Amino acid sequence: MATFAGQDLVCIRGERLVFSHLDFNIASGGCLTLIGRNGAGKSSLLRMMAGLLRPSSGVMSWDATPVQDDMDEHRERLHYVGHHDAIKPVLTVEENLKFWAGLRSDAQEAQANFKEALDLFSIGHLMDVPGRFLSAGQKRRANLARIIASKSQVWLLDEPTTALDKETIAKLEEIIENHRATGGMVVLSTHSDLNIKNQEILDVSAFSAARGQESASLLAEGI
Amino acid sequence: MGRFISVVRRDLRLALRQGSDSVMVVMFFLLTVVLFPFGIGPEGNILARVASGVIFVAALLASMLSLERLFQTDYEDGSLELLTLSPVPLEIVVLGKITAHWLTTGLPLIIASPLLAVLMNMSSDGFSMLMLALLLGTPALSLIGAIGAALVLGSRRGGVLISLLVLPLFVPVLIFGVGLVEAAIGGFAVKSQILILSGILFACLAFCPFAAAAAVRQSVE
Repeated sequence: MATFAGQDLVCIRGERLVFSHLDFNIASGGCLTLIGRNGAGKSSLLRMMAGLLRPSSGVMSWDATPVQDDMDEHRERLHYVGHHDAIKPVLTVEENLKFWAGLRSDAQEAQANFKEALDLFSIGHLMDVPGRFLSAGQKRRANLARIIASKSQVWLLDEPTTALDKETIAKLEEIIENHRATGGMVVLSTHSDLNIKNQEILDVSAFSAARGQESASLLAEGI
Repeated sequence: MGRFISVVRRDLRLALRQGSDSVMVVMFFLLTVVLFPFGIGPEGNILARVASGVIFVAALLASMLSLERLFQTDYEDGSLELLTLSPVPLEIVVLGKITAHWLTTGLPLIIASPLLAVLMNMSSDGFSMLMLALLLGTPALSLIGAIGAALVLGSRRGGVLISLLVLPLFVPVLIFGVGLVEAAIGGFAVKSQILILSGILFACLAFCPFAAAAAVRQSVE
């Protein structure tokens, strides 16, 4: 049973305070859904959890060990789906996914699995098609297939339902349930309601209130 | 090591499928050098005198041309984020991309260089040393250039900015590269120039992947 937690996180982007004093806590099998208006910092929080963005202050910990201590290990246990799908237009879907699978420690297993993952999103027939011929939804499905192909404990999904049709969204809900049932954890941000059981909801907007003064005082403290 | 090779293979495949890039670099190299006889006149002695310098400067400018695309497309389509997040150390990924860049731009330049040496009426004593100088010099150019390419990510008109950042840093490679060829033509000992060029290359190899990886991390933040 693992836990991933953040304490007193502060995010400052371009000298503007995005959120402050934000805590989160998520255990194996949990699902944390980030909501909030545009610009509240949902993506920033996800990027922070992924390690792309360093918190201006506060700590994130995995089983009570600070994540910063071993970023390589942290990267090994997470999958991140951002706004871009990272599908190369000149490579086929198969080549795209095989490359990403090959960078992980379970490379061989992942490269064997990805066909199954594509079928799960019913794009198995597109395996030999170059990325430039895919629609936005198909690219997103290929990107989601990437995270299913190789195992990792934490999924960080930034608006994963963008460009997906209803059927695929239902599929995604099912896949998230399966991932949680096997002890994985999911953090996702969304504007459309996903039908997920026992999800914990975190409203990021709540941590960005009283922006004006606090921003000034935090900057004055030199954070 | 396997992961390093898979990054190199991916970038080579991308370069080959997109085609134009390395052909363009070699064509640019050839054309720039060919322009010189038109500019300074077809006098054999003068051309022979400037040959090594012209070829080296042209090679340097040609490898600048393709630097902008080293990280740019990966940055735009989100691949760079995922590469940063992959369990493979980013320095290895960056070194893989640099290797692929050198194989698609530096190597063709080296192969084309003897032809240009003939066109410039260079003494044949210098041919092998010209190729050796480029063999030691062009990887250093790719390595140093990668820092510039990573630093300008996200800025507009990155290409021009890279030149301003990186060209001054190419000066040592230029000086000792040309020095090596000139020494060989003049019949002097070439060992010291070879050692210095190798030294520059190894120093770049040790330092540049870390600097470029740090710049990439900064850019995806």
